[in-house]
Amino acid sequence: MDKVLPSLEEAIADVKDGAVIAIPGFFACGVPRALLQALIRKGTKNLTLTCGCGPMLGAAQELKALTLAGQLKKVIDSYGLFRSASKGMADPFEQAIRAGKIELEVYPMGTMAEKYRAAGAGIPAFYTPTGVGSVMENIVNEITAKRTPKETKIIDGKKYVLEFALKPDFAFIHAKKADREGNLRYAKTARNFNHVIATAAKVTIVEAEEIVEPGEIDGDDVHTPGVYVKRIVKVERPKVAITID
Amino acid sequence: MSPQRIEGLPREMIALRVSREIKDGMYVNLGIGIPTLTSNWIEGKDVCLQAEVGMLKTGALANGDEADQDLINASCQAVTALAGSSYFDIAESFAMIRGGHIDIAVMGALQINARGDYAGWSNPTRGLFVGNVGGSMDLCAGAKKLIIAMEHTTKDGEYKIVNELSYPATAEGKVSLLITDLAVIEITPKGMVLKEMMAGLTAKDIQSVTEPKLIISPNLKEIEL
Repeated sequence: MDKVLPSLEEAIADVKDGAVIAIPGFFACGVPRALLQALIRKGTKNLTLTCGCGPMLGAAQELKALTLAGQLKKVIDSYGLFRSASKGMADPFEQAIRAGKIELEVYPMGTMAEKYRAAGAGIPAFYTPTGVGSVMENIVNEITAKRTPKETKIIDGKKYVLEFALKPDFAFIHAKKADREGNLRYAKTARNFNHVIATAAKVTIVEAEEIVEPGEIDGDDVHTPGVYVKRIVKVERPKVAITID
Repeated sequence: MSPQRIEGLPREMIALRVSREIKDGMYVNLGIGIPTLTSNWIEGKDVCLQAEVGMLKTGALANGDEADQDLINASCQAVTALAGSSYFDIAESFAMIRGGHIDIAVMGALQINARGDYAGWSNPTRGLFVGNVGGSMDLCAGAKKLIIAMEHTTKDGEYKIVNELSYPATAEGKVSLLITDLAVIEITPKGMVLKEMMAGLTAKDIQSVTEPKLIISPNLKEIEL
């Protein structure tokens, strides 16, 4: 069951206009930059990127290119704006949000994690205490007309919000090591959203810094079992500046 | 009408006072800003820092060549690992946060009121209806104790401790202790109790920069540093 493809272009060949793509990464850490760059070269439009904690702020150059080329329709994230308001004002992505050209929808980070986990585990929705007593009891979108209340429920005297599973069309994953059959290992905190997003998507595409033969990752050391993975491409270890603004 | 701003303790001293709340055996999550500085003051304590990104037992900030792009804290700073550090995925990280396994979360805030509601995730002066919520609401939902560490007023001297929040709330009724550059205030069912204040100030001074009426603790003392 060899899942390795020779190029990023082949790996994302079926990503079509209007696709919903999940992007893991925690700011600069564990972001699938090579796959994002291939997406920019491909020029696919009308895309929805579902994130978790600001991977597109970590991949600021890629975000800028996707924005300026008009490839983005919507971003879903817990931390989608630059920390610095002045940098945000000058950034094409935030300007596009302000102009209503790109939609930004916000969920708490743990809710994002659980939306992916639920999707991968066949759970359609879940009740969470997170966001109770805040505007997160509604869908939170910069376009306020899209704000609608979420269902809530009192369980044992405590209020919970109903959140739905999030099943993207594609997951772009950055792994430290993959075997040819799709067993993955991540490095340290670069694991972050990678595993849970790999389980959630209909098609999971992996860029790996190293590809090895089956058996070379010991079964006890596998972070993401191969069943979740469809395609793998070898990439160079990215050069990453460890910072957010 | 803004009150007259009072020059308070530096941010590092707020963090030092926060560290007094952190006891041996605790699992602690520190938010971005002043809370993160608390990690400079817990050396020698048997304490485990949790980072939302998916790490327990986060070590000191990494210097220069030590920095590893695959090893960061929740503020996206390069950190080091310690003997016994562990890494895990984000769903696990937030399961332990929501599931009540974190003893103390320390966060910054834009506004707080006497009922323990606070606002920290979205600043409407930016002109957007959305903001960066990150993991703050999950920590509010799940941490056993929530401490807010912040400057007592804005740079312009406006109230941050207010009767009613004008910014979008992060959570309602979750804050139990507020530590500022001027005071330590406990949030009780009866209201805000002034427990400690910076040397050289009076309770009247603290009240002048605090919108809700403070209850003065009979044991009011100088901030313990």
